[in-house]
Amino acid sequence: MVKLLFFARLREDLGTAGEDIHLPEHINTVDALRHYLMTRGEVWRDVLAPTKALRVSVNQEMAKPETAVREGDEVAFFPPVTGG
Amino acid sequence: MTVRVQTEDFDIGAEIMALRKGRPDVGAVASFVGVVRDLNQGDRVSTMALEHYPGMTEKALDAIVVEAKERWDIIDATVIHRIGDLRPLDQIVLVVVVGMHRGAAFEACEFIMDYLKTRAPFWKKEQTPQGERWVDAHESDDQAAERWAGESDRA
Repeated sequence: MVKLLFFARLREDLGTAGEDIHLPEHINTVDALRHYLMTRGEVWRDVLAPTKALRVSVNQEMAKPETAVREGDEVAFFPPVTGG
Repeated sequence: MTVRVQTEDFDIGAEIMALRKGRPDVGAVASFVGVVRDLNQGDRVSTMALEHYPGMTEKALDAIVVEAKERWDIIDATVIHRIGDLRPLDQIVLVVVVGMHRGAAFEACEFIMDYLKTRAPFWKKEQTPQGERWVDAHESDDQAAERWAGESDRA
């Protein structure tokens, strides 16, 4: 299982704050996961489109497209941050 | 090192006193307070909601303060960031840095804010007369943070 989390605009647009998901074995990077989720439907395809500025963290550390995603990880998708 | 994420307001005087307490080696205190403005991109802002990523936020702030302490000759720092519903005039964020000398304290304080703006997982949503909207990230914030890249030997 991988724990998915969505924050801010992504949470609202996708209509979910997160879920636990079983991933196929070949979905083992952030970029692969993003494209895998994009196959879920139009909203997912739009929200996670490569043209959209979004950030991803794995186990609460900022991640890159090539960052590995493994069983038991917590992966969060969110817009560029706007605190301060 | 103190890092807090809280709904309650903070008292800058009390936080500075707490950070200085029992430390006669402190010769400089630099601080920054961010507050809610009533105007953004030409629209009146009535309230602002701050969302964050519990767990990652604290880790990210910790990591920023640790990096500041590695890069500058400072003694300690406090970072407090509020979450929840805020209004114009409300305080949002506090950074206090204490050190022996002002140069390092000023720079470390600015560094912490610049990195917080681009690395700590907070998101602002504004309520305006046109409805509510998520605040977009500014490219100028990325540029401000990038200034500190490759300057690792400046302490």
